Amino acid sequence: MTQGFVGDLTIFALALLVGFEVISKVPATLHTPLMSGANSIHGVVLVGVVILSSFVSGPLGYVLTFVAAAFGAANVVGGYAVTDRMLQMFRKRPVPAERPVERPADASPSQSGEPR
Amino acid sequence: MTVQDGVRLASLFGAACFVLGLHMMNSPATARRGNQLSAFGMLVAVIAVLVQVSHGGTMNATRWLVLACGALIGGAVGLYSARSVAMTSMPQLVSLFNAVGGGAAALIAVADYHHDTHLSGGVATASVLDVLIGCVTFSGSLIAAAKLQGYFSQPVTFPGAKAVSAILALAAVAAGIDVIAGAHNIWILVIVVAAATGIGILMVLPIGGADMPVVISLLNAFTGTAVAMAGFVLENATLTIAGALVGASGGILTKLMADAMNRSVLSIIAGGFGTGTSGIEVSGAGGGSVRSIAIDDAALQLVYASKVIVVPGYGLAAAQAQHAVRELAELLEARGIEVSYAIHPVAGRMPGHMNVLLAEANVPYDQLREMDDINPEFDRTDVALVIGANDVTNPAARRPGNAVSGMPILDVDRARSIIVIKRSMASGYAGIDNELYTDPKTSMLFADAKKGLAELVAAAKVV
Repeated sequence: MTQGFVGDLTIFALALLVGFEVISKVPATLHTPLMSGANSIHGVVLVGVVILSSFVSGPLGYVLTFVAAAFGAANVVGGYAVTDRMLQMFRKRPVPAERPVERPADASPSQSGEPR
Repeated sequence: MTVQDGVRLASLFGAACFVLGLHMMNSPATARRGNQLSAFGMLVAVIAVLVQVSHGGTMNATRWLVLACGALIGGAVGLYSARSVAMTSMPQLVSLFNAVGGGAAALIAVADYHHDTHLSGGVATASVLDVLIGCVTFSGSLIAAAKLQGYFSQPVTFPGAKAVSAILALAAVAAGIDVIAGAHNIWILVIVVAAATGIGILMVLPIGGADMPVVISLLNAFTGTAVAMAGFVLENATLTIAGALVGASGGILTKLMADAMNRSVLSIIAGGFGTGTSGIEVSGAGGGSVRSIAIDDAALQLVYASKVIVVPGYGLAAAQAQHAVRELAELLEARGIEVSYAIHPVAGRMPGHMNVLLAEANVPYDQLREMDDINPEFDRTDVALVIGANDVTNPAARRPGNAVSGMPILDVDRARSIIVIKRSMASGYAGIDNELYTDPKTSMLFADAKKGLAELVAAAKVV
């Protein structure tokens, strides 16, 4: 209540600008994890549901809270889990520098005997 | 320091984690830790709000029970779907998460309105926007997910759809203004809910499959905005900040996707790709002859190349050929051939989808190259291997006057030779012939992507 509507609007506008700034640097390779990660961030709606649960009453209020809690939790838990699963698949080439070094030592006489 | 201050500081910490986590997404090397940081921030924010409400003294057994049951069931379903989903089905899952996120945000506003009889003008406006955007996202995302799942992939149109949308929009605006003006009757808000749900359905139904990356991005931006509005309703800065971040992310991706498809967001929402232009054929394209190639010859061509660029499209993923293409690439690399993958921004069903599919098949991410980055390299490429990609390789895009004009394309035709693996000469979503196929440098390998690649691997092994 202390900051009021204009305060909220200020925070909203600044966060929007920060978002544009940070996200425009994400490469296309990571756009799916980015969207999925952003997806989990809007799971923050669960925080709102917790606040909501502290003042609702009556059957309608409880039903709405229950459904909202289920939605929010599915969003936040599933979002982070699937993003993590996706990102762990992004691997570097398995040590490319070592390959040519290892090969000759790795017992291939025909190659090591070759004149350079 | 009071409990209230502690809670505020913890929320600030959570919001900072979201921003830093998103920032770390700018490189594949740090992205995973970024996501974990973001998840940690979320955990802190949730714990903080739990402390806050338990100190508020208004929680009772019923309220805790309702909250806990909902969260446990939802969390379990979310975790299960996250663990079990196939990577090709990611767009559907993201759509479903958009739906539940937007739905939860709308429910917050409805429950708050139901409870609070005195909303200030600002909060009432935010409530109406929250319900409106949240419900459009909810129903629109469900339809999008159903389309992506293949329940119905063709655009659905019926006469009078535009008129119905207009009536619904009018009803939503009228009821919304009534609420903002101070009316307090839950049924007025129900009108907004119903109208917005209808608008969401009618908005996504006529949109074609190829436009899905734009639709998902747009709905993602909507969800973020709805959550930010829920933050206004509850006067909670964490929600507002997080929602704004997601709104920005979705907005950027929407713009990028629409640009990459050479379409405006408005024209996509209006529906119908190339409906006006599909009748006018690209002149001359039909006249050229198509050269088909045998597996053995194609394998020879690849094996004696020194630089190969693979151009994968959704056809590759649809045929589940990611592993086969990686096998072929490894075989070529073992012979000292330079192999990379040229990924068009809209390859797949959501932004960046193809990268994830290839990463899943163990293709290292430094081989996955973006369009602008790799286009100059086609000049120096011996063989461009196009698999299941069509419109994004059509050189006709460089000329005005056809359905793909102006669309950013991969400069595949600049390679010294081109092999296209494709089942038939059928045209892509734009509905026009691909001039690449009749280029004298191009050979067509008519086969299913998976089968064709497996045969190529077998043939390349014995060369």
